[in-house]
Amino acid sequence: MQYSLKMQGIHKYFPGVHALNDVSFAVHAGTVHGVVGENGAGKSTLMKLISGSLTPENGTIEVFGEAVSFRTPAEAQRHGISMIHQELSVVPARSVAANIFLGREPRMMGGLFIDYGELYRQADKILKRLNIDVDPTQPISGLSIAQQQMVEVAKALSYNARIIIMDEPTSSLTERETETLFKIIRDLRSEGITVIYISHRLEEIFSIVDRVTVLRDGKTIRTDAISDLDEAAVVHSMVGRTIDSVFPKRDVPIGETILRVEGLSGNGFRDVSFTLRTGEIVGVSGLVGAGRSEMARGLMGIDPITGGSIEFLGVDAGAPQVSGMMRRGFAFVPEDRKSEALFLGMSVRDNLVISLLSRIFRSGFVKARHLADVTSEYIEKLRIQTPSQMQLIRNLSGGNQQKVIIARCLALSPTVLILDEPTRGVDVGAKAEIHTIIGDLAAQGVGIIMISSELPEILGVSDRVLVMKEGRLAAELNRDEASQDTIMQIAATGGAA
Amino acid sequence: MATLRNLLVRYSTFLILLFLVIFFSLVSSRFLTASNILNILDQSALLGVVAIGVTYTIISGGIDLSVGSLVAFVGAVSAGVIVRSGVSVPAGILLGLLVGTGMGFMNGLFVVYGRLQPFVATLAMMAIARGLTLLYTQGRPISGLGDAYTFFGSSIGPIPVSIIVLTVVVALSSVLLRRTPFGAYLYAVGGSEETTRLAGVSVNGVKLGTYAFSGLMAAIGGILLTARLWSAQPQAATGLELQAIAATVLGGASLMGGVGTTIGTVAGALIMGVLANGLNLAGVSSYFQQVITGSIFILAVLLDMWTKRRSVPT
Repeated sequence: MQYSLKMQGIHKYFPGVHALNDVSFAVHAGTVHGVVGENGAGKSTLMKLISGSLTPENGTIEVFGEAVSFRTPAEAQRHGISMIHQELSVVPARSVAANIFLGREPRMMGGLFIDYGELYRQADKILKRLNIDVDPTQPISGLSIAQQQMVEVAKALSYNARIIIMDEPTSSLTERETETLFKIIRDLRSEGITVIYISHRLEEIFSIVDRVTVLRDGKTIRTDAISDLDEAAVVHSMVGRTIDSVFPKRDVPIGETILRVEGLSGNGFRDVSFTLRTGEIVGVSGLVGAGRSEMARGLMGIDPITGGSIEFLGVDAGAPQVSGMMRRGFAFVPEDRKSEALFLGMSVRDNLVISLLSRIFRSGFVKARHLADVTSEYIEKLRIQTPSQMQLIRNLSGGNQQKVIIARCLALSPTVLILDEPTRGVDVGAKAEIHTIIGDLAAQGVGIIMISSELPEILGVSDRVLVMKEGRLAAELNRDEASQDTIMQIAATGGAA
Repeated sequence: MATLRNLLVRYSTFLILLFLVIFFSLVSSRFLTASNILNILDQSALLGVVAIGVTYTIISGGIDLSVGSLVAFVGAVSAGVIVRSGVSVPAGILLGLLVGTGMGFMNGLFVVYGRLQPFVATLAMMAIARGLTLLYTQGRPISGLGDAYTFFGSSIGPIPVSIIVLTVVVALSSVLLRRTPFGAYLYAVGGSEETTRLAGVSVNGVKLGTYAFSGLMAAIGGILLTARLWSAQPQAATGLELQAIAATVLGGASLMGGVGTTIGTVAGALIMGVLANGLNLAGVSSYFQQVITGSIFILAVLLDMWTKRRSVPT
């Protein structure tokens, strides 16, 4: 069997992280090869090395037996490697054909003009070859996400790709669209093209791939023919570690119900119901794209909800609005710190007090003295490491930035605190401190909803775990029922362990 | 129904133009006459040409605020070298076109290599070019241009030369935009700069060309205006850049980039020309005209947004 791709002894470091640790990865030519692993296992990093977006520190890469070292995606493309990213890269208002051949349009009259007739013919030929029923002259923005994805496959083929990498290609597709994509993948395979298929969804892995590689914590755990494996074995290889004592769970008396969510629906989530009590920490688990953040944003009033009700302290909250929810006593730490939580060009103090200003200065004038007192109180309480209050927040570490955002919420004395991936991109020490802060808040009677993709974190901190899958609440587990295997099983396959 | 809506979206600018023409021909019997129509076209030619350059920069995701000042500067330089230094008229005009293109190219350099935001770079150029115009003219008009120059402000038979120039510019710039790689990459850069870069297209080259083109269009406008006025005026074309942006937006371009056409922009310029002319004929005071123009502008953009939002496939 010939290898289309062979990588050995690959190491990749990012500041503070050993992202890939002695990874070996070999793919047989003309097969569909699955890559699975938890969030942060190193899948994306590995694919970026193959497609030329990143370069490894050590190790060798061979493409069809030829040793290569890509410095740019264009070099990888010349060797027949194309990657279809999860976020599609298209020029929206341009035609399908113009997108496929962007930068390589057929010319006429000595290259002065684009031969649009030929462009549409060539695009049509590729689309036909893939049995994609799309008019090459129509703007790509008029296509569904699934159709755009197919066009990306066509684009990859137009580069004469021999290896096509697909990163979570079905994350925004319906079941029928997924079937169509699978048919195209099988057609590609029968033409001898290698497809590397990354997915969280085990059912898809089992229905489409020939072989599968499991990554965990930056290492290759196993590579096997899919026919030799069952779901339980793959799940076990994916999680396969025991929970360490980084997450000390405090015993906190849990009080009465403060929040009752019934049938909450919106863009990306449907019919979610749960309750929250004082002093309780509810973890929300699930795969990326399962609708966790969307649900939290709907609850917080950031994105509109389309149905369901929110009852807070016995009162119906109606259609939530962010400012209204915050006045009621909700606070939210968003997932994307840089773009949604921080004012990068502002000081630690200004970042910390922004939500507080209108609340404490009813006269409309700001008293700097008072703000300095509030800020130093929280810097001390949360042990935020900063040379001064006036330090620009962009100069702080991720962990300290996150603490400032949490302090911003705490200064409002919330009744319900919603945290979306509170420890993402935070080093281990700060992570433990953030967990302690969350525990302290629960002890003070705050009800906490914590979304996290890290199973150990979910299991270590939560009193109860909600598992979401494809926008719905797939399971609600008590602390003693929840384990990594059960959660992963439900999140990835929907079935019981 | 869906196709009707698509037609509305696609041709809303032209429908507004048509509506205004019908409206004013009902209001004033002098509106829909051959001489008045030619007059409107003549009056709109300057704005049309300059707005096409601005449209290019807006399609690329940028903007060009310097065009009004460039119109004045090119007029002054071309008139100055002819009148003061005795350069021949064709050479003077050619020099003016080169100067305009060069200053547009400098806008591009600031944007591409200085990494200035287009708004900032061209705002600075707007001040610099106006200042240079005042310095060069000492604040006084330059007149005595001669027939060969003022030909561009005259008529061939009943047809003003400016209309011929506009027609040629529209035809060529439309072909450039719709048929050439440069045009395709201009839309691509405005639609998604990163995607375009990854496709191996020289984004910097496209941007430099775009601002140089806008400078060239302003230069042509400068020659047209100077020929029509029979003199170069230091305060000429003040505020023209904002009218050009308005015409571009009326023509269906998006300030976010990636969308826009030359034909649409010319229709946008004609809307403004028809409004000014029609309101004059209807005897509306020039103070009140500005209020009406602004209101129609907002209504047109709201209508455009509304029809587009409705037509987005779900």
